[in-house]
Amino acid sequence: MKIIKIGLASCGLAAGAGKIKQIIEKKIDDDINADFEIRETGCIGMCYNEPLVEVLQNDKSWIYGNVDEEKAKAIIEHHTKKDTPIKEWVVKARDIQTDDNTYFEKQLKIASRNCGIIDPADIEDYINSGGYESLKKTLKMDSESIIKEIIKSGIRGRGGGGFPTGIKWESAVKAAKKKDEKPIIVCNADEGDPGAFMDRNLMESDPHSIIEGMIIGAYAIGSNEGYIYIRKEYPLALERVENTVEQARKNGFLGKNILNSEFDFDISIHRGAGAFVCGESTALMTSMMGRAGEPRAKYIHNVESGFKNKPTVLNNVETFANIPVILEKGAKWFAGIGSGNVTENPWGGSSGTKVFSLVGNLKRTGLIEVPMGITLREIIFDIGGGIPNGRKFKAVQTGGPSGGCLPESHLDLTVDFDTLSKAGSMMGSGGMIVMDDKTCMVDVAKYFISFLKDESCGKCTPCREGLIALDEILTRITRGKGKEDDIELMKNICETMKIASLCELGKSAPNPVLSTIEYFHNEYEAHIKDKKCSAGVCKPLITYSVNDNCTGCTICAGNCPVDSISGKVKEKHFIDTNKCIKCNVCYEVCKFDAITVK
Amino acid sequence: MQNIDKIIDKWNADPDYVIEMMQDIQDELRHTPRNALEQVTKRTKVPLARLYHIAIFYKSFSLEPRGKFEILVCTGTGCYVKGATLILEAFERELNIKTGETTSDGLFTLEEVRCLGCCSLAPVVMINKNIYGNFTTDKIKGILEAIYEVEL
Repeated sequence: MKIIKIGLASCGLAAGAGKIKQIIEKKIDDDINADFEIRETGCIGMCYNEPLVEVLQNDKSWIYGNVDEEKAKAIIEHHTKKDTPIKEWVVKARDIQTDDNTYFEKQLKIASRNCGIIDPADIEDYINSGGYESLKKTLKMDSESIIKEIIKSGIRGRGGGGFPTGIKWESAVKAAKKKDEKPIIVCNADEGDPGAFMDRNLMESDPHSIIEGMIIGAYAIGSNEGYIYIRKEYPLALERVENTVEQARKNGFLGKNILNSEFDFDISIHRGAGAFVCGESTALMTSMMGRAGEPRAKYIHNVESGFKNKPTVLNNVETFANIPVILEKGAKWFAGIGSGNVTENPWGGSSGTKVFSLVGNLKRTGLIEVPMGITLREIIFDIGGGIPNGRKFKAVQTGGPSGGCLPESHLDLTVDFDTLSKAGSMMGSGGMIVMDDKTCMVDVAKYFISFLKDESCGKCTPCREGLIALDEILTRITRGKGKEDDIELMKNICETMKIASLCELGKSAPNPVLSTIEYFHNEYEAHIKDKKCSAGVCKPLITYSVNDNCTGCTICAGNCPVDSISGKVKEKHFIDTNKCIKCNVCYEVCKFDAITVK
Repeated sequence: MQNIDKIIDKWNADPDYVIEMMQDIQDELRHTPRNALEQVTKRTKVPLARLYHIAIFYKSFSLEPRGKFEILVCTGTGCYVKGATLILEAFERELNIKTGETTSDGLFTLEEVRCLGCCSLAPVVMINKNIYGNFTTDKIKGILEAIYEVEL
């Protein structure tokens, strides 16, 4: 029997994997000699090659990339008859050297170990790959030794905060004892950072590992009540996690007397309703109580008084996915991966790996998991393959809207919790967006500020009013109406926000402005003084014109939505700048690079 | 009102789950009208003012009916650096509405959304849970025409 696996996570589906599956099913039905078992799987992280189809036969496996209708049919036909792959279409295999091998060379998969390999909807598949073994092991341990092991591993919160998980658990246990209350455990799956989708993929591709991590956590802190808060923009992840909880219940991993250990624990799911601020822990817990998700000041920690004023541990999806592996392979093994030294103190470094969503202007985009301490350059150029279309690297943005943009000169910085923060950015939850020289950094700052302005809950004044003011100033700069002292003014506002905002989101909201002012000062100057946008992005500062490359093919004139382009066939065309709305359509359709944007 | 009661029953009229109830109402009626919210208040004892706070705080909810097809143009960072704003503008031109508005025939609502989590296929557009990756403006006409053909 041959097995054919199709990657059906959201990105695979967006690339057309659903249709490919139908085609493959039909092809197998039509051909009596085609003896395949079709299995569904999640995403292995090679999003740039989606849709992906893997063929397993005789202990060998080959992954085919960019599978379209023709390729899908040919793959079935070929493997029906032969035991060898169609080499030129293979993107990953143990026995074939492909250009894509370098994508995986520097990666190390712990949290995403099963992603794209197992069927996420089938608990048997997870159990067969060693799933829930760690839970069985820990249910024989006492709470204290589990927590000790987690502290020794040095794992810090993968949601971006970087607080040592073991210490958080320990504090919750202490608080629970003091208050004589059962603690609550919450999984934060409200992945709101734009440009980040690590948690979505973990939920879609290996949800059982998250549930297993949560059960272990609950057992360690003595909690009987768990919650997962998932954002509604991820319908597939929500569906998968709901099914997973149901399956875990049926198999005795959730509910009363779990695996005869006399330990009771169950999980309820809450749906987010579209609010970025709900990723902040106190806002999330307020939202879970059926209220508008506004944060509160954190002079009392969640571990003492969180959800419904009970001691609450809140961890991120990726943190939980790491837990079973840490307890299976041991704290020493985990602490040995990554940077710094965490044996004495979890704050001493960043152990383990981190999943990143590597996106933007890159040759190879997707989800990667790398050991902490790798450099930005290795990620962008060795794994990501560098910048496409002959363009140049300009900046890398990490940490979501609370992070910053770093220039070429900072590419040798290592990626961990502490190094990037010192440089004015942060590692954050794992979004990594690479920008080429067609990106305007003032516009990027404006983008983040406008995002944050819309998402600010409005409870505290510095964040609410500060963002409105920053947005106003950045808007006038990008319109060529910036004033000489605008940069200083923005720095002042940013300082106030940093000191006086209520929650971490407000305190870190100025980062995109401060980091772009620091590293791309020239661009601000050019916008304010020379009224120029060298990247050709800020509309009021640019014009479109036709250059001498024009062959008179008329395609631009045919596509212009406002008829601003005129010219005869085979003669150079002309753009009427009074009519032009700068929609960029002509630039996109021109095959001769004949449109100049300046 | 029967449907509304069914939704409230599904969540056991638990005040902790009013957001979920309101989402189901939004999906069912394409908005959260006053009479539905009043029913939620009656059954859960959560004050109407708080439900309105929720309705205007979260993006999921709308007090006016939304279109049958919700076009969500992703403007998350990954999509933004790949020209998502130009796609949004192209939809505005094609549908002759502004972002956030609904066409007069009640068919389409155009919204921008910050990140659908398909950043590696940026730019991305989602229409009623169908995700379109590597989106280009020249696809718009075909997609809208296909919908018009079925609907009109």
